[in-house]
Amino acid sequence: MMFWKRFFGVLTARNLEFWRDKESLSWNLLFPLVLVVAFAFLFDSDDRTLVTVGVIQEAQLSQEISQREQTEQREQTEQREQTEQREQTEAVASANSQEIFVPELASLDFVEQVIYEDREQALRRLQQHQLDLVIAPGEQRYWLNESSPGSALAAELLSARSDNYAQEILSGQALRYVDWVLPGILAMNLMFSCLYGVGYVIVRYRKNSVLKRLQATPLSAFEFLLAQVVSRVWLVLATLIIVYLICNAIFSFVMEGSYLLLILLAFVGSVCVSALGLLIAARTRSEELSRGLLDFIAWPMLLLSGVWFSLDSSPEWVQQLAQIFPLTHLLDAARAVMFDGAGLAEIFPQIVVLIGMTLLFLLVGARLFRWVGDGR
Amino acid sequence: MESTHKMPILSTRGLTKTYDGVNVVDKLDLDIPEGICFGLLGPNGAGKTTTIEMLEGILPPNAGTILYRGEPVDKHFFQKVGIQFQHTALPDFLKVNDVLNLFSRFYDQPMNRDELIAWCNLEDILERDHRKLSGGQKQRLLLALALMNDPDLLFLDEPTTGLDPQARRNFWELVRSVRSRGKTILLTTHYMDEAEQLCDEIAVLDKGTILTQGAPRTLLNQHFKGALIRIPVGNFAAKAIPPEFAGAEQKGDFMQLQATQVDATLSELIASGVSLNGLQVESATLDDLFLKLTGHELRGE
Repeated sequence: MMFWKRFFGVLTARNLEFWRDKESLSWNLLFPLVLVVAFAFLFDSDDRTLVTVGVIQEAQLSQEISQREQTEQREQTEQREQTEQREQTEAVASANSQEIFVPELASLDFVEQVIYEDREQALRRLQQHQLDLVIAPGEQRYWLNESSPGSALAAELLSARSDNYAQEILSGQALRYVDWVLPGILAMNLMFSCLYGVGYVIVRYRKNSVLKRLQATPLSAFEFLLAQVVSRVWLVLATLIIVYLICNAIFSFVMEGSYLLLILLAFVGSVCVSALGLLIAARTRSEELSRGLLDFIAWPMLLLSGVWFSLDSSPEWVQQLAQIFPLTHLLDAARAVMFDGAGLAEIFPQIVVLIGMTLLFLLVGARLFRWVGDGR
Repeated sequence: MESTHKMPILSTRGLTKTYDGVNVVDKLDLDIPEGICFGLLGPNGAGKTTTIEMLEGILPPNAGTILYRGEPVDKHFFQKVGIQFQHTALPDFLKVNDVLNLFSRFYDQPMNRDELIAWCNLEDILERDHRKLSGGQKQRLLLALALMNDPDLLFLDEPTTGLDPQARRNFWELVRSVRSRGKTILLTTHYMDEAEQLCDEIAVLDKGTILTQGAPRTLLNQHFKGALIRIPVGNFAAKAIPPEFAGAEQKGDFMQLQATQVDATLSELIASGVSLNGLQVESATLDDLFLKLTGHELRGE
């Protein structure tokens, strides 16, 4: 009873602070908006010169594919979002498994063939204009996207060379870079807001003795910290939703999955990053040190968790390293929901990892926490 | 120890705090009786704040014990005491009203809000951002926060440092009204007049140890007999300084002497024909006491 009274006392005070700090509040909203718009225009041109064809690999045939090829294929199918990188990896793939491609198109240098084991995935790529054509050689069928000019061209090309294939027609809007980068920018905003909004604020309050004043009351550290996290998380969620809605009105983003699931992810992710902020702010009363520590966490996370570009073609050790960042898991899951329509079951592993990290950060952070802190 | 058979509200034995191998507070024994205003007096760096923060339960001591009503201090202690720090801040962007709301939610039984507001004179500033308060207003708000739980024991760490004389007097009035409600007050100060005005008992602290302890008047009477007599130097012109005044020293335009028997000294001066125009007779202050005890000025360094 007293617990909630004290908790809500701090929560209310913190929310008043956010609300009255109009400058920070508007910057919180404006910054991600500006970024999304800037990226939409900066990376607008999608000048692919090649025709890219997805080839659905039959189950029987796939057993013949070597272990190595399977790995490459998985990498390849996961990285369809990135035009530049795709060209590179797909070239490797086509060199390695020549036999299983569509023979009618094999002689054409400007046609890239990409193997897909998962038909659903290949068709979704086609709908999102990542592929121009999907061919299932075993069934003598191909799919084209009627809303993509490249798709019509590729279909013409195939029917000129062979009339053995039956045609199926799909439609769907293109997956642009802005679609792909949107979750990255939102996640970046979430990360900065939670890390600095929780971590830096606590250190500042420790330095100017607000925490000392609060310590001299029956308020417990847990009540105080919980209120900090909750106030920040709901602010971040509100910001993300508003930014998404505004940007969506301009760009109408690709969204294959459930919005509720996306909000759940944003919630779990922001709690996790806030807990990381608490951990960093557990002891120090030096704003300089905490800023350094926060930067030390934030910038590598920004570069290595797939905010701006996919890590699929990065060296193995980079990909392994990226697993330590909460943002990597958050973005994997968010993009799966948005572009592949993944359900709760598919993103469950990422949610478990995020919750696990949260518990770890909270446990260690609570042990280390001091009101007054080191360096008196 | 002398007369109190009642249990002290707060007592320490061997209280010690060490920074970098130096005992900032050195084996302090204190007994603070209930219902009085107790002053910790000393220059900056004497260990006042360190001592009071250990007593408040904010700073863990390196050695020694602290007992509140005979029991060790725990987190529940904060329900029963009020604390006003020397340097403190409140969360940004909050109005006085919001700050009172915030702190009232921390306590099981907060004081009646209107009563507290009236007590601390906060009616006119309730809607003001606490960062825009004057020094005196801010101290009154902080005092209201310290009184929020209607505490038995109130800690005030240098409460009037930096205030103008008017604001200091107002604050003293508030402290007296707290005292008149039967609460125990423990305050630190480096202002002598503040200690003389407010405290029933003082402990003079220097380099982490207590030099002397008792009621201010008693201490002064113990250490200073008589009074300080000051006579303008000109009054002695063309006259030999009488033997009674031989121990006097010149300070500026005055000769001054610590006289044990004031009336005897004065009548001897008259007898030797020295004019008493411009005569000043001063009783010793706590400043003088401190100087006498330590050999250095209270506000020195």
